[in-house]
Amino acid sequence: MTSTTMAHDAAHGAHEHGTYSGGIMSWITTVDHKRIGVMYFVSAFVFFLVGGLEALLIRLQLGSPENTMISADLYNQLFTMHGTTMVFLALMPLSSAFFNFLIPLEIGARDVAFPRLNAFSFWVFLLGGLLLNASFLFGGAPDGGWFGYANLTSTTYSPGMRIDFWVFGLQVLGVSSIASALNFIVTIINLRAPGMKFMRMPPFTWMTLITSFLLILSFPAITIGLVMLMFDRTFGTGFFNPAMGGDVLLWQHLFWIFGHPEVYILILPAFGVISEVIPTFSRKTLFGYPFIIFSGILIAFLGFGVWAHHMFAVGLGPLANSVFSAATMLIAIPTGVKIFNWIATMWGGKLRLDTPLYFAIGFVAMFIIGGLSGIMHSSPPTDLQQTDTYFVVAHFHYVLFGGTVFALFAGAYYWFPKVTGRMLSETLGKLHFWIMLIGFNLTFFPMHFLGMEGMPRRTFTYQAGLGFDVMNLMATVGAFILGTSMLIFLWNVIRTLRKAPDAGRNPWAAPTLEWSLPSPPPHYNFRTIPEVHARDPLWHEQDADIDPEAGDVPEPHMPSPSLWPIGLAAAIILGAVGGLMQSLPVVLAGAALIIICLYGWAFQPLER
Amino acid sequence: MSHDATMEHHTATGVPHRKLLMWTFIGSECMLFGSLITAYLVYRGRSVTGPYPEELLNIPFITVTTFVLLMSSLCMVLALSAVQRDSRGGSRLWLLMTALLGLVFLGGQFYEFSHFVHEGLGLSQNLFSATFFLLTGTHGAHVAIGVTWLLSLLGLELRGKLGSEHAEIVEVAGLYWHFVDVVWIVLFTVIYLLVGV
Repeated sequence: MTSTTMAHDAAHGAHEHGTYSGGIMSWITTVDHKRIGVMYFVSAFVFFLVGGLEALLIRLQLGSPENTMISADLYNQLFTMHGTTMVFLALMPLSSAFFNFLIPLEIGARDVAFPRLNAFSFWVFLLGGLLLNASFLFGGAPDGGWFGYANLTSTTYSPGMRIDFWVFGLQVLGVSSIASALNFIVTIINLRAPGMKFMRMPPFTWMTLITSFLLILSFPAITIGLVMLMFDRTFGTGFFNPAMGGDVLLWQHLFWIFGHPEVYILILPAFGVISEVIPTFSRKTLFGYPFIIFSGILIAFLGFGVWAHHMFAVGLGPLANSVFSAATMLIAIPTGVKIFNWIATMWGGKLRLDTPLYFAIGFVAMFIIGGLSGIMHSSPPTDLQQTDTYFVVAHFHYVLFGGTVFALFAGAYYWFPKVTGRMLSETLGKLHFWIMLIGFNLTFFPMHFLGMEGMPRRTFTYQAGLGFDVMNLMATVGAFILGTSMLIFLWNVIRTLRKAPDAGRNPWAAPTLEWSLPSPPPHYNFRTIPEVHARDPLWHEQDADIDPEAGDVPEPHMPSPSLWPIGLAAAIILGAVGGLMQSLPVVLAGAALIIICLYGWAFQPLER
Repeated sequence: MSHDATMEHHTATGVPHRKLLMWTFIGSECMLFGSLITAYLVYRGRSVTGPYPEELLNIPFITVTTFVLLMSSLCMVLALSAVQRDSRGGSRLWLLMTALLGLVFLGGQFYEFSHFVHEGLGLSQNLFSATFFLLTGTHGAHVAIGVTWLLSLLGLELRGKLGSEHAEIVEVAGLYWHFVDVVWIVLFTVIYLLVGV
């Protein structure tokens, strides 16, 4: 009983000091979705900078022909780690940061359905990311590309531990993604406030729900692929070994059955952010809300039927190519619907041209360019000309950087006041936008032409006089301009965090529930759970004066901090390290710790 | 297994969080086993050396262990019903029976695996061995986790901490257990009944 009282007092003490106060232990043991969201953002942003640094090294090497600054071997590691880092350690967890911070606030809940599972997802992601990057210190980083095609990854062609780091790192990160997706599905379906019907949910919440379903349905395919690769490398099986009858294309199928939905896992949260930023800054409710939602569902559904468009060049035959080509073209329809809805939302609205809207409009424009080049390679004959050239690099950077990153910055500027209680500088924000836009286009637009002229991807240098020199130099200059824009963002954040809170509850006069709360929200979010009567509640006369802090309501009890989530995460990492070292005792120690942590977790009450 | 106050708050759908979590997890697991089964089918008959499945698979023996696993699902249903009715004796009996039948199935699998290895079918012998051991091994690991879970529930019951108010956690374990059984029915069909077809 004494422990209960002590935890009780501790919880009260934490509140008196605010949402983010407390020492390092309070962050390690936290189960508060807002703190976990902040930790996701900070760690993912650091990985984003690491991935960006790798990109700058790549661009330095390619800045001039026949450059010898970086060896072919290091170049392979750099582009592999750049891709892997940006997809798994930067963009996905940056989206997760938004899921974590916002979803309970947007649906009117006090936390996620499984707060400790949420903390566990974060720690597995962070430790898994560190494990993957630790490879640089132990004989080199993975060098088989982010797609890890068989049999580049076999022990014959890739001896040593590089690929093993990739195999174990990605398996561990998959655990984090699936656990987090399960959590958000249950949270969104089960923890909506009274009156928050599905068709009243904010679009970002909807896109999170759809993304979570994509995650739980697509990750198993790559997990199985990785387990097979691990067996091939560790036990000498022949899943991807043609000499034993294995088929290297099985890897490509398994990888892309995951890999294509993964593309939508990266872009749908961006669609969600844009669908909230544009209405707020146009002073107009989202045009065609049901179309935005159902287009998202359709994109996710079709996304499972197009994986082989990554494999047009492997020779699947005309029938398979035609089917996958047609399915790919179909995806352009719901995507186009969304773009027209965003434009129609702005049309006739009272545009408030603040930084978030700059980034949102930048997103729409850049994403259209990326979408159009995507339609170009949905046609197999065109794609055959473009496969493995810089045209493809240009395309996916327009959708992932021009799309996802622009949208994530729109979201970062939009929700920063809610997270910290402080407004970022508009001047620096707009400077960041323009420099990023210029740097981005200077880096990636010339790559369309480089690809058309036949410059191959994943090659560490090129000969002079092939017509590649000038545009590569342009791209390199652009990349450094792009890097500079990130420094402006960081400077803006650091400067803003030093000043006094000035945001108030709803600085943008936005319509969704999170803006009815103080900034930052108290650790329990809603003292009283609001009842919702409309979509865009704060713009609706019945819900406009929702004040969750009003009235003399006792402070809600919240789940207590716990050490088991980080313990379990560390145990899983230990098991993975054992696998890497091919050391049975370490694997067994990891397994034993996992069991101990599971029992400790299961028998520890959520509130103490 | 903990007594979580927030868990008992209302949910928007009326479905408890943990039950919804398990159903969603099962959806994910379908894709996991789906990938494994597809790989098994794609690689069927493509081993370049023996031993081949038709020389080794013992259908009558596996039919018996399949029957044992199916009966464990029946015991699981009876266990849940006993917990819901606060029948302590029934809860103990049927939880124990479910776990024991699961263990018998695992014993059968252990026997089958060691027999295969003895006959020269090591893990890395050929494509059949790789796909077979990975697929049935993954399933076996699921059964082993289920048995541990059931025995943990039995431990709770023996300490008097598994009354009808905790029936939900037994129901969630039951969902998992039935799913693992259903997967085996598919595996039994795909691996054993279709051998040589």
